[in-house]
Amino acid sequence: MMGGRGTGGLGTGGLGTGGLVMGRLARLFDSDIVFSLRRSPPAMVAAAVTLILFAGSLGAPWLAPHDPTDLSSLSLADSFKPPLGMVDAEWATPLGTDNQGRCVLSAIMFGLRISLLVGFASVLFAVLIGAAVGLIAGYWGGVTGAVLMRIAEVQLTFPAILTALLSGGIIEAALPRVWSEQLRLPVIIFAIGISLWPGFARTIRGSTLVERDKDYVLAARVIGVPAWRILLSHVMPNVIGPVLVIGTLALGAAIIAEATLSFLGVGLPPTAPSLGTLIRLGNSFLFSGKWWVVIFPGIALVLTVLAINVLGDWLRDALNPRLR
Amino acid sequence: MTLLTVRDLTVTFPGRRGDLRALDGVSFEIAAGEILGVVGESGAGKSLTGAAVIGLLSPPGRITGGSIVLDGERIDNLPPDRLRQIRGRHIGSIFQDPMTALNPILPIGGQLVETIRTHLPLPEAEARRRSIQWLDDVGIPAAARRFDSYPHEFSGGMRQRVVIALALCAEPKLVIADEPTTALDVSVQAQIITLLKRICRDHGTAVMLITHDMGVIAETSDRVAVMYAGRIVEIGTVAAVIRRPAHPYAEGLMASIPVLDHRAVRLRQIDGAMPRLNEIPSGCAFHPRCPSVLDRCRTERPELLPAGETRAACWLSMRTQGHG
Amino acid sequence: MLGFILSRVLQAIPVLLAVGLLAFALFAYIGDPVTALAGQDASSEHRARLAHQLGLDQPFIVRYFRFLALALHGDFGISFRVAQPVASLLAERLPATLELAVTASVLAIAIGVPMGVYTGIRPAAPLSRVFMIASLAGVSLPTFLLGILLILVFAVSLGWLPSFGRGAVTPLGTWWTTGFGTWAGIRALILPAITLGLFQMTLIMRLVRSEMLEVLRTDYIRFARARGLSDRAINFTHALRNTLVPVITIIGLQFGGVVAFSLVTESVFQWPGLGLLLVQSIAAADIPVMSAYLLLIALLFVIINLIVDILYFVVDPRLRGGLYGPSR
Repeated sequence: MMGGRGTGGLGTGGLGTGGLVMGRLARLFDSDIVFSLRRSPPAMVAAAVTLILFAGSLGAPWLAPHDPTDLSSLSLADSFKPPLGMVDAEWATPLGTDNQGRCVLSAIMFGLRISLLVGFASVLFAVLIGAAVGLIAGYWGGVTGAVLMRIAEVQLTFPAILTALLSGGIIEAALPRVWSEQLRLPVIIFAIGISLWPGFARTIRGSTLVERDKDYVLAARVIGVPAWRILLSHVMPNVIGPVLVIGTLALGAAIIAEATLSFLGVGLPPTAPSLGTLIRLGNSFLFSGKWWVVIFPGIALVLTVLAINVLGDWLRDALNPRLR
Repeated sequence: MTLLTVRDLTVTFPGRRGDLRALDGVSFEIAAGEILGVVGESGAGKSLTGAAVIGLLSPPGRITGGSIVLDGERIDNLPPDRLRQIRGRHIGSIFQDPMTALNPILPIGGQLVETIRTHLPLPEAEARRRSIQWLDDVGIPAAARRFDSYPHEFSGGMRQRVVIALALCAEPKLVIADEPTTALDVSVQAQIITLLKRICRDHGTAVMLITHDMGVIAETSDRVAVMYAGRIVEIGTVAAVIRRPAHPYAEGLMASIPVLDHRAVRLRQIDGAMPRLNEIPSGCAFHPRCPSVLDRCRTERPELLPAGETRAACWLSMRTQGHG
Repeated sequence: MLGFILSRVLQAIPVLLAVGLLAFALFAYIGDPVTALAGQDASSEHRARLAHQLGLDQPFIVRYFRFLALALHGDFGISFRVAQPVASLLAERLPATLELAVTASVLAIAIGVPMGVYTGIRPAAPLSRVFMIASLAGVSLPTFLLGILLILVFAVSLGWLPSFGRGAVTPLGTWWTTGFGTWAGIRALILPAITLGLFQMTLIMRLVRSEMLEVLRTDYIRFARARGLSDRAINFTHALRNTLVPVITIIGLQFGGVVAFSLVTESVFQWPGLGLLLVQSIAAADIPVMSAYLLLIALLFVIINLIVDILYFVVDPRLRGGLYGPSR
């Protein structure tokens, strides 16, 4: 379980609130989770990288050297400047510029911001749907539960990208053309979320089934504790662990999905480009030797997903009761 | 003639906050053809002792002290190859759960032949003949026909018979039976115990019978060792230990078995619980629960001392012997 | 056994009907076929005539069954985008996708399974660590990016392999075209197959490894060790066989996914397969193609599932029943 069974470092020995907080922190550092983090250098590196990337992208509006969306600041004279280390490079644009003079580094920071936004939002959406279905199917079961899980299973046999592509495509086709551009972002979040919910539903249902049959839950039901209470206080805590693990890995998958959709041209538009869009736009310059426009966003994408995956793997091993 | 001599066996598990001693100075002997029962509560170290003897301790546990001598040869410090040759050929092993002990996708006859041919240089036909003979010996009806059957085609009791055949087919001199009847129905238990006893007598095989069920011990064993918190607290012939136990723990164990011809108002129990591995008391591990505790018991750990007809690790026995 | 197959087929029918309903709903209610076919400026009489021709004025149920009946005969309507019968479009593209998917799968299995077995048997060996890191990279590298990288290295910089298209294709039978007929065709297949196969290979390696580790922890393996069986016997005769049982079926089930997933690779390499067709159709809101693709993919998955179920039955003795039946 998370939260640690540590026997405590400093304790709360009469030091007041400060002591309480220090005690809590010390218990956290002493806990199993942090212990296994400290023991795993790759996980620590990944955690650090993730934090840096998140901070850099969230703070893009303030941290980025230039604002790539400000069209007035662009000048074609700056176009295709190479990255540092090559001839004609400039310190102001360390990773070079694209065909319109946009700073690649800034574009990456803003792009990562959007990619992360889409990733988190779609995973959240998937968790909500998956939890609803999983809890219903696991706790009450019945025909509804069976049908829902069958849908989930069938959907799981299709690759997520296909589901996302088709969902997005159908919605786009159904929407009147005028709204199409503005609703792109929510449509993509919805489409990716739809493609990811079955995994959560299956896991949550599994955990719910396990808890439901436990003696203390049976006892609670006999006493007459309402279902929502049981789900909230008994089932949820045991479900959080696996959900966190799958959620982390799903985040990586969502980011890749969004990048793929954008690369295929049905994702985010160039006006608010994500990393995938940047790669698609930069791809056309690959053959003319301007490799940095596509490679750096690519590296940023891989680094982000790699860090998230390493964390997810470590989290799964750390939370796995059998390996402890 | 002594077949197995275990002296001061210590098994340690490295832990986060220091090493845990799961077995602490265990010593006993088994004579050729004798059945030694090893009894104790869950967690007392019975299975670990068996695993240590056959060299199958699960990592990270390791033997950190003492010696194990089989038939004059020391076996606790052998290289893996040599140890592998000993397993099956000189020491056999019977596992607890017959439902999971057999490889489900291989026919049972083949598993027997494979085991025989690994240890004895016999041609296939001869090994097959012997395998059928073994199946017959353990009481599988229509052995020749069932030779190619799969494990799932047998009931639990039948599967355990196959397990016994597998353990003995390479003709070992010693068999370690770890809770061989615990997972079986009561009616089947009696059959298996009778079978085990008979077949070991017939082949002159010594048995280390590990169980928490005193009834099984009483039925089968010549001598019995009582274990507590990783140590042997009493060892002697079955009759002596059951009727006149010298160690307070053993005494409590025997007394807590309900007897059919005696009407009791309450079941007798031993107060408290066996200590966790990281909280083993100093001196005699049983002293916090002992009704006859002496001052000495809290600080000095007793060795196995002669006590009436048995040997017990208890300072009380020194008193009664007049050494006070 | 026959009963088993029959029950599976019966179970598949509702799924197909449901997908068919979805495909039909898509076909009928999304987008505007009349405008798409007749153009924006067609006269109202023209549109009315077209609507009647397309049967748009019939009730829902009639249209649904007509749709299904036509589909069974291979008639999926006309593509909005290229004004060609959808069925012929599909037939044109199917061989390209299937050849790519099969090549990629064979590659993935041939490399992934041995890697997985090795890392399962020797988890602490340095080579295992290398494999695991490589697998992590494989999962984190989006397929399209891998394709771009491969093109950059092998096509642009080194010039060894083509960067798009199928190279030269030779016809086979009445409607199949194969790339295996010429060297050019085979060379064109290499980069896309690696791109499509890498992700699959990573998954297979991790799957085999985790199954292997799981199996090596079981009681029956422990018992086998206790009987003194050699490492070779334990790893191969016992563990590997038990591992392969679920692995084979999972790989089989994944094949449908590989076929569907090829759309990304096909987009990067402009490979003229079903996937590229789908992407082009979605961008153009070409409903008939989208709905036909849906049906085709569903059919493919159902067939694959059926084959895999039969395979499982053949390979796992527990499912074949016996005196005490399965799962005892």
